[in-house]
Amino acid sequence: MDLLNALVALLNFVVIPATAYGAQLALGALGVTLIYGILRFSNFAHGDTMALGTGFVILVTWWLQSLGVSLGPLPTAFLALPFGIAATAAVVLLTDRGVYRFYRRQKAAPVILVIVSMGVMFVMNGVTRFVIGVEEIRFADGARFLINANEFKKSTGLAEGLAFKASQAQTIAAAVLVVALLFWFLNKTRTGKSMRAYSDNEDLALLSGINPERVVAVTWIIASGLAVIAGTLYGLDKSFKAFNYFQLLLPVFASAIVGGLGSPLGAIAGGFLIAFSEVGLTYAWKKVATYVLPEALAPDGLAQLLSTDYKFAVSFALLIVVLLFKPTGLFKGKSV
Amino acid sequence: MNTRNILLFAGMAALIVLEGSTTFGGIFGGSWNTALFILNFGLLSAIMALGVNMQWGYAGLFNVGVVGFIALGGLAPVLIATPPVTEVWTAGGVGRLVFALIVGLGVIALAIVLNHRLKGRVRLAALCVTLIGGFFLYRALFDPAVEVIEAFNPATNSNLGGLGLPVLLSWPVGALLAAGAAWLIGKTALGLRSDYLAIATLGIGEIIVAVLKNEDWLARGVKNVIGIPRPVPYEVDLQASPAFVDFAAGFGAEPVVASTVVVKLLYAGLFLAILLLLTAASELALKSPWGRMMRAIRDNEVAAGAMGKNVTGRHLQIFILGSAVCGLAGAMMVTMDSLHNPGTYSPLRFTFLIWVMVIVGGSGNNWGAILGGFLISFLWLKVEAWGPAALEYLTAGMDPASPLREHLKDSAAHMRLIALGLVLLLVLRFSPRGLIPEK
Repeated sequence: MDLLNALVALLNFVVIPATAYGAQLALGALGVTLIYGILRFSNFAHGDTMALGTGFVILVTWWLQSLGVSLGPLPTAFLALPFGIAATAAVVLLTDRGVYRFYRRQKAAPVILVIVSMGVMFVMNGVTRFVIGVEEIRFADGARFLINANEFKKSTGLAEGLAFKASQAQTIAAAVLVVALLFWFLNKTRTGKSMRAYSDNEDLALLSGINPERVVAVTWIIASGLAVIAGTLYGLDKSFKAFNYFQLLLPVFASAIVGGLGSPLGAIAGGFLIAFSEVGLTYAWKKVATYVLPEALAPDGLAQLLSTDYKFAVSFALLIVVLLFKPTGLFKGKSV
Repeated sequence: MNTRNILLFAGMAALIVLEGSTTFGGIFGGSWNTALFILNFGLLSAIMALGVNMQWGYAGLFNVGVVGFIALGGLAPVLIATPPVTEVWTAGGVGRLVFALIVGLGVIALAIVLNHRLKGRVRLAALCVTLIGGFFLYRALFDPAVEVIEAFNPATNSNLGGLGLPVLLSWPVGALLAAGAAWLIGKTALGLRSDYLAIATLGIGEIIVAVLKNEDWLARGVKNVIGIPRPVPYEVDLQASPAFVDFAAGFGAEPVVASTVVVKLLYAGLFLAILLLLTAASELALKSPWGRMMRAIRDNEVAAGAMGKNVTGRHLQIFILGSAVCGLAGAMMVTMDSLHNPGTYSPLRFTFLIWVMVIVGGSGNNWGAILGGFLISFLWLKVEAWGPAALEYLTAGMDPASPLREHLKDSAAHMRLIALGLVLLLVLRFSPRGLIPEK
């Protein structure tokens, strides 16, 4: 019984939250990695793309809610997602046209593009705050729980409750769906194949008649789609605050790099690795330990390895360790 | 320095003088107080920009953890100048804390030695045992020591306190703190390439700020340390002194206004002296064989390496130097504010804005970085005032009660992010080498 309780506590406080968070990070990191693979620079504006896109989704959600439209048990935000993605993709494509394309034509050094993306980050950060403000916004509606903690306790008779939030289930389901779609697109469609060819060897791809501007445009559209989905899922799970999304840039980048920049599979692995280490190292293990260990060995303190304020430190410690021993990430990313 | 550059600096000075002397239809503040505030802000920013320019302009190191080094430098005034908390020392908190820190360092040193000596599986196992065991040992020693320190007088202290030494001493100490951290980081991270180094430093900056925010025993974290001793007289003391009141009357100025202006001028003098010293040193260094070697390494690492230059060593050196300059500026800033407030260390303001200064001014050129520091500081502070005014004007035709107008006016403060981002993008596009390009 104690072992079962420990297992439920572990599921409730570590496995489920970390899986949902990992899925959000993986989606964000996929966007970063795609841009790195095709456009060959680290896009510092990705966190703010996520924020801006989520801002659009929230605005459309409010509009739909005012019309009385809802998806029943699912959050209205899912209905708003296509609009958010379209708006964000339009903004991002305009940015590419107005800003990035010039440097691409010039064949500027990647590091210049990173600095340019810093400028885009400033502007997007400001625009997001302008459009939606800096306040914390909760926009989740529909069903709250898939499994309610109290009902779980009653029906199983266990001392520990298991709560599975609807937003967490939706996050995981959506992530699986999106990743499956993305891999199908990259591996099976003509456009996807041309993208991979362009990423592997730009000159050869150009020689075989691939239109670079089209590849770049498709990449931006997919990356903004991924960013908006990741941002919306994160916002549904926790809440929306522009500044938090800017900070999310750090674990997202860490995921992409730990997995290996330019490798989609690596981005997913990196996202979950970062999420599980963040949650695992900042979780107070006292409860689980008291169930599992004999009474004499039970910990006095919280048995928390690091205070939750240091969760960013975890992702970067992991980043440094991986880079020191595997300089291009776990899945052999590229470097320019 | 050619005529064009002198004109650019003269234009910058004119902007600050205009800010002080005229309102010009609301464009300028018309107050010497704000003009001097901008001047001091610009002086500090110029020093920070010099530091970043050393790393990026001379050596091409992409450090986006600037905020961390500034924050570490800002720790120095607290640790050096605030009065000591003797109770914590006598209660044994400090001794145990130092012991815990030494044990922690010992564990890391042991791990490094093991990493060099052993090989294969044995190495991995030994490293894991040392690091995990060491972590728990460290926490077992560290946590009770922190408890002792934080238990004392939580309302005003709960920290180590300082050494009660003159605050000016904390400036070089701030530089040393940042340099020490830079050495540690450089040793591990400088082998990484371009983008990876950027992300790693971004993370390290965040971690340093997180430590300062959360380790209350060190400098009270987000509870802030107020009343850090100052190197210049206090305004109230000046106002109380008859000699000063007479002196102010000689200019026909209010004693209250005169005292704030004089205090700011004194700071400006101190900062200017340091800025000039640093600029002279940087210019000499950049023109020396050492500076030429740095640029050679930046432009072609492989060729410089083939000529027998120690690329890694020079990178580490310039990384430490640039970070030390940032740390110095951080210590100066905290001294000027008399306030240690780690909650304000945002990467947008203290990393990316400094980068904008360097790029806009002209990377690789010290005068460019300084000019960029002043100009961007001026814009950063003024756009905050211009934004609401501009929106007021633009929305004048709208219904005053309209919620959209209210929203726009409320959001006007965020204009400066957009404005600064646009400045950066425009400069990168049309004048990529900055206002004062490298020769």
